[in-house]
Amino acid sequence: MLAATVRVTRDLDLAEECVQDAFARALTSWSTQGLPRNPDAWLTTVARNRALDLMRREATLQRKLPLLVEHEDQPDDTDPASIPDDRLRLIFTCCHPALSREAQVALTLRLLCGLSTAEVAKAFLVSEPTMAARITRAKKKIAQARIPYRVPEATELPKRIDAVLAVIHLLFTTGHTAPHGNVLVRRDLVDRAEDLARLLATLLPTSETTGLLALILLTGARGPARVDDSGRLLVLEQQDRTLWDTARIAEGTVLVRSALTQGPPGSYALQAAIAALHAEAASWHDTDWAQIAELYALLEQRWPSPVVALNRAVAMGFAHGLEAGLQALDALAEEAALTGYGYLPAARADVLRRLGRSAEARVAYEQAIALTHNEVERQFLLERLAALVDNPDSPLPRQVPARQE
Amino acid sequence: MAQYLALIYGDEKAFNEAGAGLGDDVMKGHMSFGEKHEAKIAGGNALQDSSTATSIRQTASGSFTVTDGPFAEAKEVLGGYYLIEAADLDEAIAVAQDIPMPFGGVEVRPVMVFDR
Repeated sequence: MLAATVRVTRDLDLAEECVQDAFARALTSWSTQGLPRNPDAWLTTVARNRALDLMRREATLQRKLPLLVEHEDQPDDTDPASIPDDRLRLIFTCCHPALSREAQVALTLRLLCGLSTAEVAKAFLVSEPTMAARITRAKKKIAQARIPYRVPEATELPKRIDAVLAVIHLLFTTGHTAPHGNVLVRRDLVDRAEDLARLLATLLPTSETTGLLALILLTGARGPARVDDSGRLLVLEQQDRTLWDTARIAEGTVLVRSALTQGPPGSYALQAAIAALHAEAASWHDTDWAQIAELYALLEQRWPSPVVALNRAVAMGFAHGLEAGLQALDALAEEAALTGYGYLPAARADVLRRLGRSAEARVAYEQAIALTHNEVERQFLLERLAALVDNPDSPLPRQVPARQE
Repeated sequence: MAQYLALIYGDEKAFNEAGAGLGDDVMKGHMSFGEKHEAKIAGGNALQDSSTATSIRQTASGSFTVTDGPFAEAKEVLGGYYLIEAADLDEAIAVAQDIPMPFGGVEVRPVMVFDR
């Protein structure tokens, strides 16, 4: 609705104002005259008419504002069928590479998801004035630098879709495991990310847009099983898989297949394929670690990142023996990009614990705890640390035969 | 149509040390850039080395201090500019991407338009 109104106003603030007006009018009109047959269309029409009205008035005031740039070849219409297309335009404007990632995320939440500035501020743990300033600055740049309101041309599209996907993925990961705070999952952000991914995959179906939606569905499906009744973290191995959301898994699995056949798989399709292997395993022990390790290897080729290498090392440990996994993890110790990344010592600690090397595991857990700022994850690590069995008298079992899975 | 100033920044030292061959290549690059985007280039110039720059600052008392060197000391300095006419930022970026920038990059800034 906002997207459709922006098309008329070419001004983000004015469009937001008109949409709010439309809701206010709906409140009075609907309570006296009953619900219209198509409430969405009613609201959109009212908001657009309000916009046209205000703009006519503004034109008489000769008030010149830098407007969003539009191409002339667009059909001028009030056809509701064009609305999804407008949302697509809006998301490409919000996620334009000329805006900072922070601004992209904030604008997407504010304008596409309709969150209030206060809600966006809360989602990213900054004060409301800070977020308001960030959003204002971004809107100003859109207007003054004339960031266009359109779907990019075919040659630019793949790169620009990447930026949109990155914003949606960041929203999802921030919600899936909140970087800070007392709760593990921020369901509100996860839901927004899922909605946006669905919108993008529907309007621009490619291997990567489909892959991201699949990844979000399959990973998000574990949500209900990731904490126990008292809010304690349960890792994959401990989760009650009957709590996993079977509808999301079914949809995600179908989408993964389609993503993998739509072209050479990109990073989201591969991550989704990994998530699908976890989702399909009846239990932790049935997990196909060999194939997961292979997919991580493919992912690392496609997307050389130390974080991917870390995940591959963990998968290798379960597929080919813990010692192999530990070696792969230790090889990452020098990675500058992983300095301060709590999941590296946490992964080492877990492998060392499984190998019975308690003293080393203790050190690794302590490092991980110092780097973990989510209270639920911290608590989990503290409990694992406390549960380590100490045998200071017996020599540490340095050589443990590779575990056969 | 809007105007954008494309400011060309580069590592002057690396450029000067790279030899005459590269200078010729860059010059050729600018020539072909100029031909390709003739309709969209409203102006442009190359600047002398930043060692020739003089900075003038106004002091609190209203007088001026004149100092040797560019305004901000940095590895990458302003070496030239183009004034580009484009419908929107995407178009300006598409043009600016063709500017030769072997030792740095280009900053694109919209030119402010004042109401009359």
